[in-house]
Amino acid sequence: MPFACIFVSDFPVEAILRAEPELRSQAVAVLEGKPPLQTILAGNEEARRAGVLPGMTKLQVEGCTEIALRDRSELQESAAHQALLDCAQSFSPRVEDVAPDTLLLDLSGLNQLFGSLPKIAREIFRRASEMGLEINVAVAFTLETALLAAQGFSGVTVVPEGKESEVLSGLPVAVLFADELASDGTEEFLQTFSRWGIRKFRDLTALPEAALSERLGQRGLELQRKAGGIGERTLVPSDPPLVFEEAMELEFPLVLIEPLAFLLNRMLDQLCVRLQARALAAQELSLELTLENGRSESDAASCFQRTIHLPVPINDANIFLKLLQLDLKAHPPGAPVVKIRLRIEPANPRPAQNGIFLPASPEPEKLDLTLARIAAVVGDGRAGSPQLLDTHRPQAFEMRHFMPSAPNKVDCHAPKDLVTALRIFRPPIAVSVTYQDSRPSHISSKKQTQIAGEVLWAAGPWRSSGDWWEQDSWVRDEWDIALQEKSGIALYRLVHDLVRGRWLLEGSYD
Amino acid sequence: MSSLPLNTSHPPLLPAEFEDKKAAVLRHIAGSERLGAVRPASRLEVRPRPEMLSSGIAEVDALTGGLPRGCLTEICGSASSGKTSLLMATIAAATRRGETCVLIDASDSFDPASGGAAGVDFRKLLWIRCGVSPVYICVGKTFNHRGAQRVPKDKSSERKLGQVLKTTDLILQSGGFGLVVLDLAGIPEQFSRRIPLASWFRFQRVIESAKTVLLVVSESPRTQSCAALVIKLSANRGCPILVSPLFGETGWGFSYQSAKPTPVQVLEDMRLQAEVVRSRLERRPAQSVTAAFKTQAGRAG
Repeated sequence: MPFACIFVSDFPVEAILRAEPELRSQAVAVLEGKPPLQTILAGNEEARRAGVLPGMTKLQVEGCTEIALRDRSELQESAAHQALLDCAQSFSPRVEDVAPDTLLLDLSGLNQLFGSLPKIAREIFRRASEMGLEINVAVAFTLETALLAAQGFSGVTVVPEGKESEVLSGLPVAVLFADELASDGTEEFLQTFSRWGIRKFRDLTALPEAALSERLGQRGLELQRKAGGIGERTLVPSDPPLVFEEAMELEFPLVLIEPLAFLLNRMLDQLCVRLQARALAAQELSLELTLENGRSESDAASCFQRTIHLPVPINDANIFLKLLQLDLKAHPPGAPVVKIRLRIEPANPRPAQNGIFLPASPEPEKLDLTLARIAAVVGDGRAGSPQLLDTHRPQAFEMRHFMPSAPNKVDCHAPKDLVTALRIFRPPIAVSVTYQDSRPSHISSKKQTQIAGEVLWAAGPWRSSGDWWEQDSWVRDEWDIALQEKSGIALYRLVHDLVRGRWLLEGSYD
Repeated sequence: MSSLPLNTSHPPLLPAEFEDKKAAVLRHIAGSERLGAVRPASRLEVRPRPEMLSSGIAEVDALTGGLPRGCLTEICGSASSGKTSLLMATIAAATRRGETCVLIDASDSFDPASGGAAGVDFRKLLWIRCGVSPVYICVGKTFNHRGAQRVPKDKSSERKLGQVLKTTDLILQSGGFGLVVLDLAGIPEQFSRRIPLASWFRFQRVIESAKTVLLVVSESPRTQSCAALVIKLSANRGCPILVSPLFGETGWGFSYQSAKPTPVQVLEDMRLQAEVVRSRLERRPAQSVTAAFKTQAGRAG
C-alpha cells in the first residue's frame, strides 16, 4: 500500500512567501515574539547562507541588509495549511493531517486515475506550486519512510518497495526527530549519537539491537527501526471542515483602491485554485477589512464587512475581482486598511444545458457583473425586476434582484384588449387647479410650464383610501382629465391628496 | 532632315506557342478574384431579411411585419399618442415568448401596475431606472467621504442621458437579451437631440449580428438614418376619444370641443393611429402607411 507525505520545510516562511511571491529569490526570515524581544523563528535557505539562524534576536539580524524580515502571521499559516489540505484532498480522500506543515496521503488505487507513483508525486508537487507552496513530496510503502524521506530530501522522492533502508541510509540522524517538539529528551539522544559517532541512518541501523536496547531502551530500538524504514503505523484520516479563507496583515495601512485590488487579486487567484482542486465553485464572497481608526480589532468601528451573494456558483477570479472593485467603489471603507480577510462560501458548480430552440438568455456569470456595473452608474436598488405588492396603496412595488428564470418557450396568446398604459411622473407634479361646477376647469404648474391649460374633459372623482390604522394613511380623489396644452391634447391622471391637501399630476395616459 | 529615335528596332515577336501561353496567363490573372479591385454588382451579397418580432398589436404587425431583430427601431409620438401602450404590449409579447427584456427608463416613468395589466412577466424584465438621485462622488480614488458633493439640479437631464448611454453600452455588450428598450420620452428635446449620431451607429453595429431588437421610444425622431424602422403614433383624429357613461348606453363618443359630459364618466379607451415614416426592410419607395388600433383603460378592483 503506497503512501505519500507532503512536507513544507520552513513552514512559517513559506506561508509568508505564498502571500508575497516576489520575495522568493531573497533571504527571508520570520520573527516571533513581542518587540523588543523578537527572535528569529525560521528562515529560508538564502537566510541560512547569510548566517541567520533560528533563535537569533532581531537586533543581531538587522545588521544584515539583504534580509527581509517579516512578523509571523498565523492567519497566513492557517490559509497555507488549508491550501495544502485542498491540494492533498484533490488526489486522495484519505488524508491525515499530521501537522500544519505535514500531511500523509493514502495512494491506494490512484494509479488508474493519475498514473504511476512518480507521476502522482510530480503532479502533487506541481499542484502545490500552483497554490504558491514549495513542498517536498515523498512516496513510499510505509508511512514512516514517506515521512522521513519528505523531511530529509527536498523535491520529489520515490522510495521503491524493499529499498527503504538503502534510500534513507544517507540521511542525518537529526531527521528522526524533525516531527518532534524540541525537548531535553531529544537533545540527549542527539548528544549521545554524536558522542558515539552516529551521524547517518546507516550508522544507526548498523548497531546491534541488543546493545542499543541496553543503552537507550525501547526508544532507541524504535529509532533504529524507523531509520531502517520499518514501521507499522497506520493512517488516521482526518476530515477537516471546508474553509476557503485567505487573510493578510499589512505592514503599512492602505489608502488607495488600486493596491488593495492588487492584493485581492492575488488572494482570489489562490482561492480559485483551491476551489478548482476540490471541484467546487463560489456561492458567496465575504470581505472583511480591519481599519486603522479602531482602538482594537474587536472594536466594531474598526471592522468593515461586505458580502456579495452570487446568483449562480462561479469560479472566476476576474469576475470576483470586478465585483469587489465595483462594490468598494460604491461603498468605500472610509478609513485606511490594515488587515484583509477574504472568505468564500463553496457550493457545487452549476450544471446547465441550454436548448437549441429556446430563446437566448444572458449568461448568469456575465449578468451579475453587468448588473454591478449598472448599479455603479445608476445607483443601488435602481436596476432589477419590479414586484407588485399586495396592497391598494398606489405605486406600491419593490425592486428585486434580477435573476432571469430558465429560458422556456411559452405559448403566447395576446390579451383580448390592449391596455392603456400610464406614464408615471416621479415625483408627481404639483399643480394648481381651478374648480368650476365642482370639476377641475383649469390647471397650471409652476415647475413644468408646458403643463397648463383648460381642462376639456374630466372623469371622476374616484376616491380611494387605505392604511388608516398606520401613521402614513392615505386618502385621495382621482380624476382622468384631457388637457388642452400648447402642443396638443394630453390625457392625465389628476390626484387630489386629501391628507396633505394638494393637487398632483400623477401620470399621463400614453 | 528628320530626327529618328536612337533605338528604332521593334521588340522581336515571340513564337506562336509562347503567345498562347502568355494569353492564358493574362486571362487567369484577369479572372482572379484576389487581384480584382472592384467586385461586380452581380456578385454582391444580398443581406437577408431580418427575423421579425411581434409588437404585440396585430394591426401594427400587419403594418410593419413586426419589429426586426438585429436592427434599431424607433417609435415616436407626442404626449398621449399611445407609444407607452405600444411599448407595454411589445414587452408583454416578448416576455410571454420567454425572451429576456431590458427597459432603460431615462425618466423613471414606467408604471409596474400598467405593465402587470398588459401581461408583462416581470421575472423576465430588467428595469433600469435612470434619474437623479443623490450621488456621492469619491474625490480621487481614496476611501474618504470628505470629498463628497451633490450633483446640481440643472445637470439632471444631461446626467440621465449619460446614464442611458452607459447602461445601453453595458447591456448590449453583455448580450443575451431579446428586447432592449430605450425610453427617452420625458427627456427634453434640447437634451435628447445631443445624443451623437455615432452612438446610434455604435449600438446598431453591436446588435447587427445578434438577435436583439433595439427599440427606442421618444417624442420625436432621434435616431435619424440609423433606424431600420420608424413608426409614428398619434391620436386618431378621425375618431375622438370614446367615453361611455357608467350607466346606460355605451359606444358613443364626444368630440373635443363638445362639452358638458354627464356627471358620471369614465375613460373607456384611446383610439390611435400608427404610421410607418421610414422602413429599410422592404425595397419600395417610402410612403406613409397607417394602421389604426385602440387600447382599453384598465379597471381597478
